[in-house]
Amino acid sequence: MSPNFHLWLIPLLPLLGAAINGLFGWRFSRQLVSAVALTFSGAAFALGLWVATQFPSLGTGLYRESSAVWIRAGDFQADFGFYLDQLSLIMLLIVAGVGFLIHIYSVGYMWEEGGFYRFFSYLNLFLFFMLTLILASNYLLMFVGWEGVGLASYLLIGFWFTRDQAASAGKKAFIVNRVGDFGFLIGLFLLIKHFGSLDFETLFASIRLHSPETQGAGLLTSIALLLMLGACGKSAQIPLYVWLPDAMEGPTPVSALIHAATMVTAGVYMIARSHVIYDRAPAAGMMVAILGTLTAFFAATMGMTQTDIKKVLAYSTISQLGYMFLACGVAAYTAGIFHLMTHAFFKGLLFLAAGAVMHATGGEQDMRNMGGLRTKIPWTFWSMTAATVAICGIPPFAGFFSKDEILWQAYASARGSWLYWLFGVITAGMTAFYMFRLWFLTFFGEYRGGRAEAHLPAQPGGRGSGHAGGDDPHRVPSPSHGQGGIHESPKVMLVPMVILAVLSVVGGWVSYHHTFENFLSPVFREGGTDSLVETRPTSTGVESPVEEGGKETLFMTISVGAAAIGIFLAWLLYLRRPAWPDRIAHRMWGLYQTVLHKYYVDELYAALFVKPLINGSTNLLWRGIDQNVIDAGADQSADLTRRLSDSLRHMQSGNLRSYAGWVALGAAAVIGYMVWIGIP
Amino acid sequence: MTTGLDHWILTLVTFIPLAGALLLLVAPRRDRDLRLFALAVSLLDFLLSLHLPAYFEHQPYASDLTFAGARVFQYELNRPWIRVPNIHYHVGVDGISTWLVLLTTFLTPLCVLISWKSIAERVKEFFILLLVLETALIGVFVSLDLFLFYFFWEATLIPMALLIGMYGHGRRVYAAIKFFLYTMIASVFMLAAVLWLYAKTGTFDFVQIQTAIHNGQVENLTLAAPWLFLGFFVAFAVKVPLFPVHTWLPDAHVEAPTAGSVLLAGVLLKMGTYGMLRFNLGLFPEEARRNASWIMVLALIGIIYGALVAMVQPNLKRLIAYSSVSHLGLVVLGIFSFTALGLDGAVFQMLAHGVSTGALFMLAGILFERRHTYEITEFGGLATPMPIYASFFLFIVLSSLGLPLLNGFVGEFLVLSGAFRDRAVYGILGATGVIWSACYLLWMYQRVFWGKVVHKVNDSLTDLGVRERAALWPPAVMALLMGVVPLVWLKVIDGAVHSALLPLAQIASRGTMP
Repeated sequence: MSPNFHLWLIPLLPLLGAAINGLFGWRFSRQLVSAVALTFSGAAFALGLWVATQFPSLGTGLYRESSAVWIRAGDFQADFGFYLDQLSLIMLLIVAGVGFLIHIYSVGYMWEEGGFYRFFSYLNLFLFFMLTLILASNYLLMFVGWEGVGLASYLLIGFWFTRDQAASAGKKAFIVNRVGDFGFLIGLFLLIKHFGSLDFETLFASIRLHSPETQGAGLLTSIALLLMLGACGKSAQIPLYVWLPDAMEGPTPVSALIHAATMVTAGVYMIARSHVIYDRAPAAGMMVAILGTLTAFFAATMGMTQTDIKKVLAYSTISQLGYMFLACGVAAYTAGIFHLMTHAFFKGLLFLAAGAVMHATGGEQDMRNMGGLRTKIPWTFWSMTAATVAICGIPPFAGFFSKDEILWQAYASARGSWLYWLFGVITAGMTAFYMFRLWFLTFFGEYRGGRAEAHLPAQPGGRGSGHAGGDDPHRVPSPSHGQGGIHESPKVMLVPMVILAVLSVVGGWVSYHHTFENFLSPVFREGGTDSLVETRPTSTGVESPVEEGGKETLFMTISVGAAAIGIFLAWLLYLRRPAWPDRIAHRMWGLYQTVLHKYYVDELYAALFVKPLINGSTNLLWRGIDQNVIDAGADQSADLTRRLSDSLRHMQSGNLRSYAGWVALGAAAVIGYMVWIGIP
Repeated sequence: MTTGLDHWILTLVTFIPLAGALLLLVAPRRDRDLRLFALAVSLLDFLLSLHLPAYFEHQPYASDLTFAGARVFQYELNRPWIRVPNIHYHVGVDGISTWLVLLTTFLTPLCVLISWKSIAERVKEFFILLLVLETALIGVFVSLDLFLFYFFWEATLIPMALLIGMYGHGRRVYAAIKFFLYTMIASVFMLAAVLWLYAKTGTFDFVQIQTAIHNGQVENLTLAAPWLFLGFFVAFAVKVPLFPVHTWLPDAHVEAPTAGSVLLAGVLLKMGTYGMLRFNLGLFPEEARRNASWIMVLALIGIIYGALVAMVQPNLKRLIAYSSVSHLGLVVLGIFSFTALGLDGAVFQMLAHGVSTGALFMLAGILFERRHTYEITEFGGLATPMPIYASFFLFIVLSSLGLPLLNGFVGEFLVLSGAFRDRAVYGILGATGVIWSACYLLWMYQRVFWGKVVHKVNDSLTDLGVRERAALWPPAVMALLMGVVPLVWLKVIDGAVHSALLPLAQIASRGTMP
């Protein structure tokens, strides 16, 4: 007897919360709104925990339930079906857990803001779609969640909709994601056409039956590449990463939950879920790995020059997602998911801590106006420190284990290459540099923000950017901001941060003795044996040969060394010799400007796509074809008809002789015609 | 399940609005009572029409089949009407036309509600025209006699042209005449085809003609079929409207009163796609297959071109009008994909578009009542003074751009998947529509609702009143229902689609035989 988990309830609970707050929240007090939001998101997490405790009793580690048929047309069918295996269980716990923590944090963070109910309604809506994405038993339902989280992201980025940047950023995120979804859709069409189903179990079984040879080797590769395009959109990879930095216009808890910890990892999850396809499409796998490596590298370079604390973290997120892509590309899905988990802890925390910093300084986001905050907001400082060390890959913090695993697999996997590893290590060094740069600039040295505050005493909300949202029409003047100087955040914000800080420290230890890997391995195993693509276990495992172990220790040392160099440089440039960065920037002005302007990719896309589309549509299609050709043609034919009728009108002159003439002419024509065709 | 109503239900649903219109004719000019009466009549008609799907005899899913010619048309009534020429009053619906009738009866009460205040003069004439239009529209969908069909087809023109010409805005007369001439001229070709068929078969009855053609009993058909196909097609293509004969639509929409736009986009355009399904596919399957490629190309141009032109429209209503060109292109693409998915999706998309675009025009009309303009630059930041309105608008925008779990997605997905199965490139090109629709709708939404209020006058705009909310809740709920439980619609549609595809499948198998 397999237990009934009622998985459908897990996404549905937050949806109820979203509906209640969305429809009636404007009448509720803030306390009630938060109570509703926390109850429903907490209930989803509790249910997830319960499912996790029951999970071992499943034996096979597979559970599925089908609630109802959703779409049925011809021979195609898609269900509201839910699916639980080790992979979705881990994702469920991460999303519901981190999601719940960030809900708690948001109560404190958003307390002074207008549209409080709207915010929590959207946040719950996001959880609904994200949980649907994870628990879906078929691609179409996954796509529901996929587009849905995009909607939630759109709404939350544009939460302060009166600000033009926020409005544009929300729209940009949605449209860029739609470009990816276009690829996803075509991938689904291919699957339907050739395999007749989108249900994971049915589909993967029939793919396993048909090796690439019988189906045409290109088919699975095309499908994998198309799905990858979708993943690139959602997970902000080259060439579709451009929306994520702009998405920082949203409130900071949103950046933490959606644009760092959960939604942006959906692409990684989707590729891991589709491993049956990627295992059989090595070319597509390689493409994923290359894109991931490049994204990791270039995003890290951009992160090094940003001065906005959230922008640094945004590029860092893109870069870390690149690592996960790299892992999936070399078929080391376990490593990718492992990093996804630790990243959710430390990057979620980094954003929450950045939010706490902004909260403390009255909405300041520019690191050049911070400094010396270490002693003023100690809880925030220590949480941030844990997360920073974790992301830099310093043992024994969480990021070390997962990043090390990825770097090792990037080299050692059957699909690996030393090039992936090399770029990965350089990126690790840059990561350490920009993170400690952030850390030093924010918490050490002298406080540099006083001047700004002195100049703007009348604006307690500080600069219009960031969480203060000075332009928000619903905003009530906040007594807590700015006036009391720099202050630590309330407990409701600190508790989630401390929990995540603990997880950032210990979260990596689950890889001890391959516990994490062994837990996930049934998902990626092929037909009872090992995975199709060989990946080599790390040295902590007893079974690995001695020389492999030695090599891995060497690699590990190198990557930790790279991080150490990055940290040292950050210390040197931003604490010890603060005048140097400017001098270096001047020395390499061209390069610095290029990186500072993010390689002008936004400008390039605008020139390449946006402007031609708008100008072409206006001048060529609308004014040109529509008005001057088609419509003018129609109007002219009407005119012509009128003029023709006008002249024909003169034939009806009432003049008998002219009528007789026409009759004679007609008769002559008829007779002539009859003679011509030979009628006697 | 047969109830006593079964034979008469279609006649009742069709002519109740007309009867209401006749009563209005003799009613005294007390505007409030006239409105209430029109609302009551249209609501009654809607409730009655619910009988159709409620007692519809489901055909099994094509994939479950042993499909042995289940009843295609239901609620049939066939009585001789005129002896010479041989015209019958033959009505009946299948799984496709059932929902189109429902769409009409669903939208009409909303049209009455939305015109409550905006029509202040010649109220009586307005509601008479509206109800006459409803009868004509339903008549088109239930007619199984070609003459009857043609009669209703042309009958829709008059009230619609009058609605535009009498109650429209600025260039209303130009728009009304353009609308009338465009569609009237195209219909002549259909009339010629209908008369040819009558001359050869001696009947106007759709089912008899279909059987005769199918059994090869019509002389000279092979020679005439391409022309007959074209004759019907031209009439329908203008109505859809398909690129490049779409330019009457933006003008008609911009000038039409709100209710006119709702019915025009919601129902009138579907007469074209419905006609293609019923006549082009139903009577000339071989011709349909032969001509499919260029028709699909036109449909694709419509999808992409319509969306791109919509994107740069400075006028809200014109933007929605061009988006209709794009969405209807999708329907045509699905129809000519000849796959069950594509056709199911096409029919579903007709309904979905009717609900969402109908609602979009209602929303545009609400704004016009307050500001007397549709220029997008006149707005901006409206989410601040009108939050409820902005929420409704966003919801409908999302349904229109095909967000999963709302109505637009189901049709779009099925159509594109069907088109892709038929010809991959067409499916891919059509699927770019998901990007374009996000572009033009979200950009428009941003310009109208987000940002700060730039025009002082917009600061004091009032949010939705009770009546307006009453008119907007039904389409919003319907958009959600159609997205979450599309099966309610699809299981009725699928059987009819299967019957429509049957002759095509036979041709295909015949084609491969020799």
